[in-house]
Amino acid sequence: MDLQIALLLGQDGVTNGAVYALLALALVLVFAVTRVIFIPQGEFVAFGALTLASLQADHLPGTLWLLLAMGTLIALIEGSAALREKRFRQLPLILLVNCGAPLLLAGMLLAVSPASLALPLQVVLALLLVVPLGPMLYRLAYQPVAEASVLVLLIVSVAVHVTLIGLGLLFFGAEGSRTPLFTEVSFAVGDALLQGQAVLVLVASVLLIIALYFFFERTIYGKALRATAMNRTGARLMGISGKLAGLLSFTLAAAIGALSGILISPLTTLYYDSGFLIGLKGFVGAIIGGLASYPMAAAGAILVGLLESYSSFYASAFKEVIVFTLIIPVLLWRSLKTQHVEEG
Amino acid sequence: MISKRSLSRCLVILATAHAAAAAADINVGVTLSATGPAASLGIPEKNTFALLPTEIAGQKVNYLVLDDASDTTTAVKNTRKLIAENRVDVVIGSTTSPNSLAMIDVVAEARTPMIAMAASARIIEPMDDKRYWVFKTPQNDIQMATAIVEHMSRNNVKTVAYIGFADAYGEGWWNEFSKIAELRKIRIVGNERFNRTDTSVTGQVLKILSARPDAVLVGGAGTPAALPQKSLKERGYKGIMYQTHGVANADFLRVCGKDCEGTFLPAGPVLLAAQLPASNPVKKAALEYVDKYEAAHGKGSASTFGAHAWDAGKLLGNAVPEALKKAKPGTPEFRKALRDALEKTSNLTAAHGVFNMSPQDHLGLDQRARVMVKIEGGNWQLVQ
Repeated sequence: MDLQIALLLGQDGVTNGAVYALLALALVLVFAVTRVIFIPQGEFVAFGALTLASLQADHLPGTLWLLLAMGTLIALIEGSAALREKRFRQLPLILLVNCGAPLLLAGMLLAVSPASLALPLQVVLALLLVVPLGPMLYRLAYQPVAEASVLVLLIVSVAVHVTLIGLGLLFFGAEGSRTPLFTEVSFAVGDALLQGQAVLVLVASVLLIIALYFFFERTIYGKALRATAMNRTGARLMGISGKLAGLLSFTLAAAIGALSGILISPLTTLYYDSGFLIGLKGFVGAIIGGLASYPMAAAGAILVGLLESYSSFYASAFKEVIVFTLIIPVLLWRSLKTQHVEEG
Repeated sequence: MISKRSLSRCLVILATAHAAAAAADINVGVTLSATGPAASLGIPEKNTFALLPTEIAGQKVNYLVLDDASDTTTAVKNTRKLIAENRVDVVIGSTTSPNSLAMIDVVAEARTPMIAMAASARIIEPMDDKRYWVFKTPQNDIQMATAIVEHMSRNNVKTVAYIGFADAYGEGWWNEFSKIAELRKIRIVGNERFNRTDTSVTGQVLKILSARPDAVLVGGAGTPAALPQKSLKERGYKGIMYQTHGVANADFLRVCGKDCEGTFLPAGPVLLAAQLPASNPVKKAALEYVDKYEAAHGKGSASTFGAHAWDAGKLLGNAVPEALKKAKPGTPEFRKALRDALEKTSNLTAAHGVFNMSPQDHLGLDQRARVMVKIEGGNWQLVQ
């Protein structure tokens, strides 16, 4: 291996690692705030990318139907609760948010041909279709059992993951899609070409991480999330709604997932089930950070990306084995270092 | 008013009539992978079973199609269920080689014939007491690998690199391909693996490029096989590209786009049914399938995978009349007679070639079952 190959591998590893880092951050965020190990995180990657691909192929993406169905279900649940408690004034708002907004989106998709729109508009449409699924999922699957143990929440996560994979196959079919490059620009580094898209992924990831930092440090909602993560009961006593914190963290996780998917879909073919493995690698990164520390999780994810890249050069048949074996020494080290507290 | 007794008598008559009808029907149990990683192969197969004749030689045929989700355990469970509960006369399935291999024990134990739609030669070789009951329709990998190596030596390829799936498919192709390439004095300078779900193959591609091979063979199935080829092109690889017959569907062309121009692959003749010369015996049978499938599912929707299911139906259509002469459906004697008739299949022209089975060869396809194909202008072109 000469220096040039080493550099190219490193660049590839950092690009992949940046996406894993974003997912690791989302996993840490969701776990810290709601104690949910968010296995379906990867599905948002696939849904984001495939929704964009369907829009570009001028198909109505299946995620639209999911959005409409989940919105209607929530409106029914919330609406009947409001009727029972005679809170009639809230009914229009419930209907507007859960049914009206998705219907408006559906109308828009039917009225204009999405394939003819400019790329940024397509990306915004795809995000509008996929991101609301996050909070809706929280409302339907997790909120009713929000106080349950981590194990119960994990089981719910597995169920949601399997359901979403099945729906993904139904919506997008078994074969994958690849979207056109955002930018055709490429840079010559020595003899090799550096794709503009890879640089874009890196820059977007760094910008997102910085934005997240400011969100948590400077905004009231970010601070509320941090407070909930530190002490749920204490935060509630201070008037921070646990429900709002849950919805907010799931919205962020869905947005990060969908955006990652949209960013990497020009670099690789994504399938209805590719999200799981990508999410799992983000999870390995998050584990290195102990599901608590954001910088450690991001560093762990970059390490996973680099390890993956170099092992694919030396021993491609054992790449996944090497990446996932990494988790054993890390867990061993963490369990020796930290005192285990049994959760009640 | 109907008395209780006459009502119950009615029910008894109905029940016996129903049982008699069920006993006379031929029950075909199917397990295939309509979901999971092999779904792109399993879905066209599933669609094909809806097109198969529901009557053979005056007997009604029932197809019981179950999904095994590309999972070996489920395939075995489905097979047991079909045999024990539905008392099927023959089992067709499954889509993938690992699933089909696992089903052999079950059908042999129940003495029920089975027709696999998976490629591995190990499903029917080496012939033994268990494989006595097992047949298959897809070409063996070795037939396809030979076609590639022959094409390579005709085109002066001296060195070749291989990159394949890190699973049974990629490993199987590596074994067959490396053996034949060695015999033909083609030097293999690279052997890499990647996963179906990988988002990057940069490492493998860089290693292949540094070995400077004349040609690269990608041993993958479906759209995932496009990733190494696209990466090679991005890094400026100029040599000849080969793919396997696992990519022969329209989605591969859609995903790979202009990066796949000029790629060679072997495939069953059904892929190019319309382009085959009129003298080719397979042309008519292949067109019959393509027309039927596309009438139901739209133009350009037919794939070689669904045609394997179609051929299984053809084998049955040929063997059932023979078996009916010897025994009644639903009996062990019928299953044995059906097995014997399948083994005696001779000169049966189907969508993928001409079947000539023997006690030693439960596939029975020859070189008429493959053609070399080139991707040109975003479409499959026959290489003469």
